[in-house]
Amino acid sequence: MVEAIGNTTKIENKMINLVYYIIFPGFLFTAVVGLLSYWVDRKVTARVQWRVGPPWWQNFADFVKLLYKETIIPKGSSKITFLLAPIFGLSAVTIVSTLLWRTMIDNNSTFIGDWIVVIYLLTIPSMSVIIGGFASKNPLASLGASREMKLILAYELPFILACLVPVIQSGGALKLGEILKYQMNNGIIFGSLSGIIAFIVGILCMQAKLTLVPFDIPEAEQEIMAGPYIEYSGPPLGIFKLTRQMMLFVLPIFLTVIFLGGITFSGWHILWGILKYVALLVIIILIKNTNVRIRIDQAIRFFWGPVTCLAIIGIILALVGL
Amino acid sequence: MNIKLKALTKSIWVFHFASGPCNNCDIEILDVLTPRFDAERFGILLVGSIRHADALLVTGMITRKGAPRLKELYESAPKPLVVIAFGSCASSQGIFKDSYNRVVPVDEIIPVNAYIPGCPPRPEAIIDGVVKIVKRLRGEI
Repeated sequence: MVEAIGNTTKIENKMINLVYYIIFPGFLFTAVVGLLSYWVDRKVTARVQWRVGPPWWQNFADFVKLLYKETIIPKGSSKITFLLAPIFGLSAVTIVSTLLWRTMIDNNSTFIGDWIVVIYLLTIPSMSVIIGGFASKNPLASLGASREMKLILAYELPFILACLVPVIQSGGALKLGEILKYQMNNGIIFGSLSGIIAFIVGILCMQAKLTLVPFDIPEAEQEIMAGPYIEYSGPPLGIFKLTRQMMLFVLPIFLTVIFLGGITFSGWHILWGILKYVALLVIIILIKNTNVRIRIDQAIRFFWGPVTCLAIIGIILALVGL
Repeated sequence: MNIKLKALTKSIWVFHFASGPCNNCDIEILDVLTPRFDAERFGILLVGSIRHADALLVTGMITRKGAPRLKELYESAPKPLVVIAFGSCASSQGIFKDSYNRVVPVDEIIPVNAYIPGCPPRPEAIIDGVVKIVKRLRGEI
């Protein structure tokens, strides 16, 4: 009897976890909000250029259309890697989103090192682009994938250094829940000098992680067409695009959690949380619309030079206690 | 109307293939994408790779070098695909009818869904052509 009850609660727990991963903070929710935030991007871009811009369901139409298109696998490419590459990226983004939202809903549902897990998983979508690009046996795709690889090497160091600042300030705990609790008790990390510096570094690295202008070097449309995506068509292309749009949702949320105190779910605070996300999104879009693409060597020099120095200054200030 | 057709006609991604045009048509195509006409509000985008395309826009009389490439492009595009012969040259070779390096009009190489005549067609004519294609796909014409 007791065993049977134990089994049912186990099954219930599994079901709840499944709901977490597939419906609410997981796949479905992230996908819908990601598609909508990409629409905000397109609409604001259009308004900046004095155009009307697409309607709000445009990205849903694009995605559904791509699902119904033919999938072409290039001759001589490695078929399984080519088709599985988009799935890696999508699953990684889904897991990151679930982790972040569960931590925000309940600060105690955190584990030691989830900060490391999130940073690690946020690299996987870029990795999947590299894998897919090299698997598709196209010189332009290989070129795009190699540029993406260089870009990862460039931005990953300052990004990790910037994300270390909240960890140092909140007493060395590698837990997202602890960082959130610290910010709830002592004010947000963006309020301190080291927090501001690290946040600026974080925004620059986020732009590169999303491969948006000025760091859209891997998929430079004018020189290497679509870069790693050039041979993709139909559903795999749709999944790649969806992954990028979900990243546009997940990355600002991650920065919100570690620098701006996350989103709290009590009454009016939720609106304040949404405002934080929208503000970050608008910053991304404005950077995108007021810059031009730079070369890959310029990007590496930029990230390893001034940006890393800035991040190190931020860490020193955090260690001093500013 | 089913969801597949609706999604397809609401987001047409265009690949632009130029085979020996005098560049007037290409300039008019760029005009349609500028703020004055803004084709993006109908979901029309210009893409860089034929694998992403839903419509193949052919400009210019087809040259000897261009013809085999046009055929290859048509074969490597994911279906369903719409082919548009853009301008008088692509539709019927126009003033290059007796040129030494022309081959045949587009519709003798690959199946064409729509012709947009003009030398070059005005942006209004292009939008009219797109509207007609969408109506044709939906079975309204």
